[in-house]
Amino acid sequence: MPEGTFFVLMVAKIVVVFGLMLLSVTYLTWLERKILSDIQVRLGPMRVGPHGLLQPIADGLKLLFKEEIVPQAADRTLYLLAPVLALIPAFISFAVIPFGDRIRLFGQSIDLVIADVNIGLLYVFGVASLGIYGIVLGGWASNNKYALLGGLRASAQMISYELSLSLSVVGVVMLSQSLSLVQVVDAQARVWFIVLQPIGFLIFLICAVAEINRAPFDLPEAETELVAGFHVEYSSMKFAMYFMAEYANMITVSAMATTLFLGGWRGPWLPPVVWFLIKLYLFIFLFIWLRGTLPRFRYDQLMRFGWKVLLPIALVNIMVTAVFVALR
Amino acid sequence: MEWLVFVPLAAMALITAVLVIVLRNPVYCALSLIGTFFALSGIYLLLQAQFIAVVQVIVYAGAIMVLFLFVVMLLDLGHELPAWLQRDRPRLLLGVGAVALLLLELAIPIGSNSSRAPQGPYTSEVVGAIGNTQIVGRLLFTDFLIPFEITSIILLIAIIGVMVLARR
Repeated sequence: MPEGTFFVLMVAKIVVVFGLMLLSVTYLTWLERKILSDIQVRLGPMRVGPHGLLQPIADGLKLLFKEEIVPQAADRTLYLLAPVLALIPAFISFAVIPFGDRIRLFGQSIDLVIADVNIGLLYVFGVASLGIYGIVLGGWASNNKYALLGGLRASAQMISYELSLSLSVVGVVMLSQSLSLVQVVDAQARVWFIVLQPIGFLIFLICAVAEINRAPFDLPEAETELVAGFHVEYSSMKFAMYFMAEYANMITVSAMATTLFLGGWRGPWLPPVVWFLIKLYLFIFLFIWLRGTLPRFRYDQLMRFGWKVLLPIALVNIMVTAVFVALR
Repeated sequence: MEWLVFVPLAAMALITAVLVIVLRNPVYCALSLIGTFFALSGIYLLLQAQFIAVVQVIVYAGAIMVLFLFVVMLLDLGHELPAWLQRDRPRLLLGVGAVALLLLELAIPIGSNSSRAPQGPYTSEVVGAIGNTQIVGRLLFTDFLIPFEITSIILLIAIIGVMVLARR
């Protein structure tokens, strides 16, 4: 492939993926409100457009026109920087996730992944571990007790659950013998890893919810105790950026679960991209369902569960998998 | 071509490293150090050590520095250094001496004629053929097994020590 075509293709893929992600993030807010309202036996947004379909656009416009408020005692630089630091990792981690098989278009064979790097899995974890800075710094820079507490909780929670999260996928790496997500999907051609790694899958799912700070692990923003946690002082688009980051993280985590355990884009009859999206939205629905069902953890429960339950199980899972891989 | 990437990365590493010392607000110092780690990670990528590069980000930028920030924020350190640290002759002399020693150490390899480091068995062709992560893993569990295990025992002792001190 000539270098020019490669470049054009790359830019095209990035633009399409980024655009689709922005669109999904916008409409996830609508989806979440609709599913939650259904769980709680009410209608949810109905006024703007049919079934409230234009609600996200109305919300976006409203947030754009809201007043920008910077608290007087805030650390101005970091206060403005923090939402951006939360948003960027949320969007760039999708770059290594394959969302379809190789296709032929205009006589070119195109891999449906932005960048197939040989350490793709670690790249996602590396980028994800940086998302925490947006929350911690936002909480600190606001110069507000509740915000600071939210930020501190977030950092403690992330560090605790990141360990089990990384350990839960070691089994997958051992089975596929690769850190490249494209090869992880290839290794699931015969059987999905959810069958071979059911415990790893469960641990991954639990830790993933904790990593994206959603209920029942939404302690950093626990409304009942911390008002709104780390984003108490944020208004207007900066507030919106935190929310976009949260939904983008939700998409990335769902895509990771799909790729690592549900065979990625693999599936019969339907085109691969459709399969990928179906599985992706299955996880997103699950996350919203969890929020509508489970009450929030208490802080000590969260820590005990992470260190004394998840971590040991993840380690045993690795040992058992290692024995099986060695005997195979 | 490599220089186009290397020079900005090296400059970023140096500038942020200096900022870690020069800046007065501990939170900004910690952030500068994260910048240094990023620049180093980029240099590792240039050296085709992708595994080390990402681990650098995950471990240092993603975990250790978060803990640093955690402590700095919890302690709510003031923006100014305490008075006893600001003017301290013996400490200053000690610092200057240490810097001079490091510069001397740097001057020896630069001054000697062999400008290139000796080539090991893992050239970029070999790394490309076997795979970066695979080589690191194999070396850790063969040639460097004993240092690797000793490091883990030292870390374990540190953790137990913290537990003992915290329970007191």
